[in-house]
Amino acid sequence: MPPANKPDGPEKAWADLMRAGLAGDAAAYRLLLEAIAPRLRKFAGNGLSRIGNADIEDVVQEILLAIHLKRQTWMQDQPFLPWLNAIARHKLIDVMRRKGRRGEVPIEGFIEILPDEAPAPETSHSELNKLVSRLDSRQRSVVSSISLDGHSIKDTATKLGMSEGAVRVAFHRGLKKLAELYRTGRSA
Amino acid sequence: MKTDDLIASLAADAPAQRPLRRLFAAAAILGALVACLLFLVTLGPRPDIHQAVHTVRFDFKFVVTIVLAVTAFFVMRDMARPEVTQSRLRPLLWVAPVLLVLAVAAELMAVPQDQWMPRLIGHNMRFCTTMIPLFALAPLALLLWVLRRAAPQSPTRAGAIAGLIAGGIGAAFYAAHCFDDSPLFVAAWYTLAIGMVTGLGALLGSRLLRW
Repeated sequence: MPPANKPDGPEKAWADLMRAGLAGDAAAYRLLLEAIAPRLRKFAGNGLSRIGNADIEDVVQEILLAIHLKRQTWMQDQPFLPWLNAIARHKLIDVMRRKGRRGEVPIEGFIEILPDEAPAPETSHSELNKLVSRLDSRQRSVVSSISLDGHSIKDTATKLGMSEGAVRVAFHRGLKKLAELYRTGRSA
Repeated sequence: MKTDDLIASLAADAPAQRPLRRLFAAAAILGALVACLLFLVTLGPRPDIHQAVHTVRFDFKFVVTIVLAVTAFFVMRDMARPEVTQSRLRPLLWVAPVLLVLAVAAELMAVPQDQWMPRLIGHNMRFCTTMIPLFALAPLALLLWVLRRAAPQSPTRAGAIAGLIAGGIGAAFYAAHCFDDSPLFVAAWYTLAIGMVTGLGALLGSRLLRW
């Protein structure tokens, strides 16, 4: 875990991890997302204070997915936290609009919020699981294998009789499709 | 799905990323090449282009359209970032219109009043407002395609700016064919044609660029 409580906050540590992640360092990228998640949880919780934990975790997951899919838009010569903050706010506003809630998105960025020390709640039902079931069959089997069952790209390729390249492509497209389903498919 | 599992799987989908800026540049250049090809196949430059390039009115058509495309390109690249609420580069968008206004003023002073209307109407306004949007389609499509990876705060505005770039590119090629060189003609019909592309960009942007 990077040192996240220096006076200038986690800016430098996270920017370094993101730079490494954008260069293809998956381990650094994973550390970064793990460091971000607890703050996202608190941020989403402040915004959606009246709905249950499981829902908050859904929002956290949706924001993480957006961070992932839009990470190319961070300019490496620009500060990282304002970028992160903008993505988180954009998605939280979107969620609140969809749920028809009049709640306020916290004015302060989630970066100023201290991380939620509580462990991630064990979600029995998850929005993401439902959305995965709406993917087409090829993307569904790839995403389930990697995201739900925790298999590697390689194992998934062997199991499904696909090339690793095809698994990577299907997985990436599946994640993009999930982000779209979040946005469009949850109006109810 | 547990968040930790999601994070682990996202890290499995994290190959090295090309900078978005490079993709934008590639889209603009490729779009201009396609527009160029389409221009050469359909119209081609006017036959007297060798003399025309020595006239200031002909050359100005390229200055104003290319300045528009280039300035809008920088603004679009800035707007692609989620943290940019209002691009600081936005004033750049005034450069091309101001140039055009100055050129119109100069034309009005240089040309007798009875020539104003004929020069404004020109010869080929309908052709102009058809071909410029046509040449702009490929650049617009490519720019929107890259913008779908971006995170603009306003999808509609980002699409409109992409339309300005594409319209500027399309107009620059059309200008090489067009015999109407007066800034009066450019101000009326090029502006209308580019405006149509901008509107199309805004419409497509509002649908395609949400995230």
